[in-house]
Amino acid sequence: MNLIINVCKERLHYYEFVKPVESILKQSGIKFITKHYSEVESVEEYNKIIICGTSLKDNEFLKEIEKFSWLKETNKKVLGICAGFQIMGLVYNGKLKKKTEIGFFNEEINILNVKGKVQVYHLHNNYVEFEDFEILSKGDIVQAVKKKNLYGVLFHPEVRNKEIIKNFLKL
Amino acid sequence: MRLGVLFSGGKDSTYAAYLAFKKGYKLSCLISVFSKNQDSYMFHTPSISKVIKQASVMNIPILTVETNGEKEKELEDLKRIIEKAIEEFEIEGIVTGAVESVYQGTRIQNICNSLEIECFNPLWLKDQVELLNELIENKFEVILTSVAAFPLDESYLGKRIDKELVLKLRELNSKFKINIAGEGGEFESLVLNCPLFSQGLKVVSKTIKGSGNSFRMEVEVGNLLY
Repeated sequence: MNLIINVCKERLHYYEFVKPVESILKQSGIKFITKHYSEVESVEEYNKIIICGTSLKDNEFLKEIEKFSWLKETNKKVLGICAGFQIMGLVYNGKLKKKTEIGFFNEEINILNVKGKVQVYHLHNNYVEFEDFEILSKGDIVQAVKKKNLYGVLFHPEVRNKEIIKNFLKL
Repeated sequence: MRLGVLFSGGKDSTYAAYLAFKKGYKLSCLISVFSKNQDSYMFHTPSISKVIKQASVMNIPILTVETNGEKEKELEDLKRIIEKAIEEFEIEGIVTGAVESVYQGTRIQNICNSLEIECFNPLWLKDQVELLNELIENKFEVILTSVAAFPLDESYLGKRIDKELVLKLRELNSKFKINIAGEGGEFESLVLNCPLFSQGLKVVSKTIKGSGNSFRMEVEVGNLLY
């Protein structure tokens, strides 16, 4: 069983930020359950974990980063998307910075067997300067990272880079 | 949370509004932008009288604006009417029926972000067949009002979205790569009844224009009950 984590405060955002990720798992015949981060204390019973993104304005999770402290202890493979990427950085003492990017951008990345300059969909007002993560992208701000079992992308792979999610699930 | 619905009167914006309502959000107003440009990238081009009729059976106030349909001017007009909705109805967010269009989605996200309100796109990346089936399950009465792709033709105008039509569209999708929910501009739709309506609407008159595989049916609607 895999775990999808919803970080949205607004219930209506589920359809936009969580359901498209669920659909990718469903289409691949992979079992999962979805929980809100406030209900997750430990992830040890799950195989893999995906932390989804949220809207530009729904940033309640930033006030509760301590609720993700399990990220420091687990050996389970975790993929962080946008908000999930920021959370990974912040749990490991990264710095939150402001930058708004909305829409399609070309980014040079090398993560989960997706390599080169690819078109990605951005939807963020913040990013993170990481401490002690392997940086898997080139450019002004960090787009993709890895630290042992943790993988993160600033963009939304569910929009145009579904293979990143699929390849993560195959690890 | 009080929301404004970016409303065209078609299946996507109406279903998005329905999902917001079901999740407990207050639909404070509808916002409709009418483009004089029939090929607008941003907006469908419904007639004003139809959405006003729909708003009246939904018992929701509506704000309308007409735009010339020049690319960036359309966005200024949209921003201005959203600002008006914030002032008049104290909305804290917008809900849209965007499914795949990154062009539309990006521009609406930018406007909402600059006005510091939420932007909800509950149909984002939704599976097309799933969307049509949910409309049928939830008792949405929807007709096609325009077609713009081979092999769709005049005979599809006025057809209801039902199981039979979904089967037909799936068949055409596998043969001709038609986007079966119409988001690619293959067709446009009009909602005549749904759970948000206090009563249904009916077509009272229609005018059909077009040729080949591109037809548009302008309709006037009236209340089903008197």
